[in-house]
Amino acid sequence: MNEEKKSKQNIACLSGTGVTKIFGMGKEKTVAVDHVDFQFREGEIVSIVGESGSGKTTLTKMLLGLISVTEGEICFQGKPRDIKGYWKKKEYWKGIQAIFQDPFSSFNVFYKIDQVLLDCIKMRGGTRLSYEKKVELMTEACSFVNLKFEELTNKYPFELSGGQMQRLMIARIFLLKPAILLADEPTSMIDACSRATILDMLLKLRDETNMTIIFITHDIGLAFYISDSIYIMEHGKFVESGPAESVILNPQAVYTKRLINDVPKIHEEWDLSTV
Amino acid sequence: MKNQIRQIFHSPKFKVGFVIFAALLLLTFFYPLIVTDDPLEMVGQGNFFKPGTYISVTEAVNTDPYTLNMNTSSGRMEKNLSMEERMAMADWLGQFAGLSPKEMDVTDADGLVSLWKEHYDSSSEQKGLIAARKKYFSRLDKKITGLLEDRDILLAEKNKETGELSVKETIPSTSYVNVSDVGSRRVFILGTDNFGRDVLTELVAAIKTSLKIGFIAGLIATTIGLSLGLIAGYLGGFIDDLILFITNLFTVIPSFILLILISYSIGKNARGVMMVAIIIGLTSWTWTTRSVRSQVISLRNRDHVNLSKLSGHSLFRIILTDILPYIASYVVMALILQISSGILAEAQLSMIGLGPATTTVSTLGLMMNWAMSYSAHLNGDWWAYFPVIISIALISFSLNLMNTGLDQIFNPQLRE
Repeated sequence: MNEEKKSKQNIACLSGTGVTKIFGMGKEKTVAVDHVDFQFREGEIVSIVGESGSGKTTLTKMLLGLISVTEGEICFQGKPRDIKGYWKKKEYWKGIQAIFQDPFSSFNVFYKIDQVLLDCIKMRGGTRLSYEKKVELMTEACSFVNLKFEELTNKYPFELSGGQMQRLMIARIFLLKPAILLADEPTSMIDACSRATILDMLLKLRDETNMTIIFITHDIGLAFYISDSIYIMEHGKFVESGPAESVILNPQAVYTKRLINDVPKIHEEWDLSTV
Repeated sequence: MKNQIRQIFHSPKFKVGFVIFAALLLLTFFYPLIVTDDPLEMVGQGNFFKPGTYISVTEAVNTDPYTLNMNTSSGRMEKNLSMEERMAMADWLGQFAGLSPKEMDVTDADGLVSLWKEHYDSSSEQKGLIAARKKYFSRLDKKITGLLEDRDILLAEKNKETGELSVKETIPSTSYVNVSDVGSRRVFILGTDNFGRDVLTELVAAIKTSLKIGFIAGLIATTIGLSLGLIAGYLGGFIDDLILFITNLFTVIPSFILLILISYSIGKNARGVMMVAIIIGLTSWTWTTRSVRSQVISLRNRDHVNLSKLSGHSLFRIILTDILPYIASYVVMALILQISSGILAEAQLSMIGLGPATTTVSTLGLMMNWAMSYSAHLNGDWWAYFPVIISIALISFSLNLMNTGLDQIFNPQLRE
C-alpha cells in the first residue's frame, strides 16, 4: 500500500523503517517504540494519535534527534539522517523544529523573551543584522501570532499567560521556518478558546511556508479535524495508518475503534463500557 | 532577583544567622584597627595569666599616693586565710570554746577571726590534742595577729659603695594609687595563653584565619563538586559512570581519614594555612558532586533545555545558561555548608596536631591545640579555650542558620 502512495505523491521528507527505542537493560527493559515504519510527505499534516504512555513523545524526541535511536533508520529529505556531532545537529535543527506540550516549562525563566526570538534570528544567520532590523523581524513574527512585540519586550516568560507563551513558540517557528514542525500536544495545556487560535495559527503557518506538520496528540477528534493522514499508536507500535478519512470513518483496528468511541459526544450518552 | 534577595532578608532564621556572621566578620576587620598590637606578640612570661588589668608595680610605687580611710585588713584576711585554716579554726572553737557551728561562718573570714581573738588561749589545756596540733594552732594565732597589724612597707635603697640599705620611703597601708595614674598597664580581657600572648587579640586574628581557610576550602570543594556534578549529570553515559565511580570511591573512604593521611604525608614544612585549606577543599567535594548531579539529571530533560538544544546552543552554553541558574540557589547553600564544615575540619585537624604547622599565625584549631597541650582544661584556665569554642560554635551556628533560612525560601515545601 505504501509503495502505491509513494508513486502518487512527492517524496517523503521524513521517513523511518524499523525505528525502535529501548530503555534500560535486561529485566528492566522497556520497549518504548517498537519497530515503527512511517513516511511523512512534504506539506502534509500528519497526526500521531495514542494514549498516554504509548510512546508518542519518545518517537518525537527520536525524530528531533534529542535521544538516540536504538535500532532502525530515519531518512531526512530522502537521505539517511546523519546527526553525529554538534555542527551536523545544528544544521539538522534548521530543518526540523518542535513545539512542546507545556509552555510554562518551555522557556528559560532567567532570560527575557527577546532572547528566545533573537536566538532564532541568529540561527537563521541574522547575527549581523542591525538591531532595528532584528526588532522588525521580531515584531513581524509576533504580529503573525496576534501578539504585540512592544508589550512583550523586556518581559520574563513567567509574566505571560499560557496561551501567550504557546503563541510565542509559534512565532519562534515562524522566524525559523523549518521544513518540518513537530508539535507535541501543543494545545493540551491550554484552555479551549486559545486552543482554536493556536490550531488556526499552525494551519496558517503551513499554508504560508508549505511546512510539514507532525501533530502528536491523544485527541482523535482534533486529529481528524486538522490532519491529512493519521497514525494510530498503541504500546509503541503503529496499529493503523492512512488518510484521515479512511482511518476515522472506516477504522480497522480494535484500538482505533475504541479511541473513536471514547471521544465524548454532546448529544449522545457516553459509552463507558469500552474504557 | 531583587525580589528574591528581599525575600531572603524576610526570613528570621537567615537574618539572625547573617547578623551573627556579619558581626564576627566586622570584628575581624575593625578590631585590628583599634588594637594595633601584633596578635602573636608574647607579652607575658609564663603560662595562662588570668583576665584582668595588669599595672607595673614599680610605677605604682612611684606614683603619688592617695590616702583612703579604708580598712585593708579584711581584704587581707580573705586573701591570706585558706579554707583549710578556717575549718581548723572553726573546729577548735567548737571543741574548746563551746561555740555552736551556727555561730561560725567559714566564708566570713573577718567574723571568724574576731571570734578566734576572743576565745583562743594558747595556755588552755586543749584536751585530746597532740602537741604538734597545739603548736599548729599557736602558729596560726601568730599569723592572724600578724595579719591584723597594719604594717607599713619600707622601701630601701642600696648604697652603692657600702652596700648598706637606707630607708627611702615608707608606704602606709592606707595609701592607694589611681590605676589611671599608672602609665604602664595592659588589659587582658581574656588573659594570656600558654605563650603569654593576649588571648583576645589572638582570637580575633584566629577567627580571621579560620574564616579564610573555610572560604578557600569551601570554594575549592564547591567548584570541584559543581563542575563534576554538572558534567556527570548533563552528559550521562560513560563519563557519568566514571565520575560517579570516582565520587563513590572518595565517599567510601571517610574524608577525615584521607585528610589526616594527606596532611601527614605532605610533611610539616609544607603544611601552611593555605595548604591545609586546599587539602580540606580537595577532600570534601563528594557530596556536592552527588547532589548537583542528581539535580542536573532532573533538569536535563526539561523542555527548556530541549528547546535550547533545538536553538543550536552549544553544550557549554546550555550548562551555563539553562542548567546553572536553576541550581544556583542550591549551590549557594552548598557553599555555605562547605565553608562551615571547612572551618570545623580545620579545627579538628589542628586539635590532633595535623593542622597548619606554624606558630606565626593563629587559627581557632591551633588555639585549641595549644591550650590543650598545656593542660589549660585541667588547670581551669578557661579563658584559653572557652572563647575559642564559643567562636567556632557561633560561626558554624550562624552559617547553618543562614543555610536553613535559604532552604526555606528556595524549597517552599518545607515552609510551614
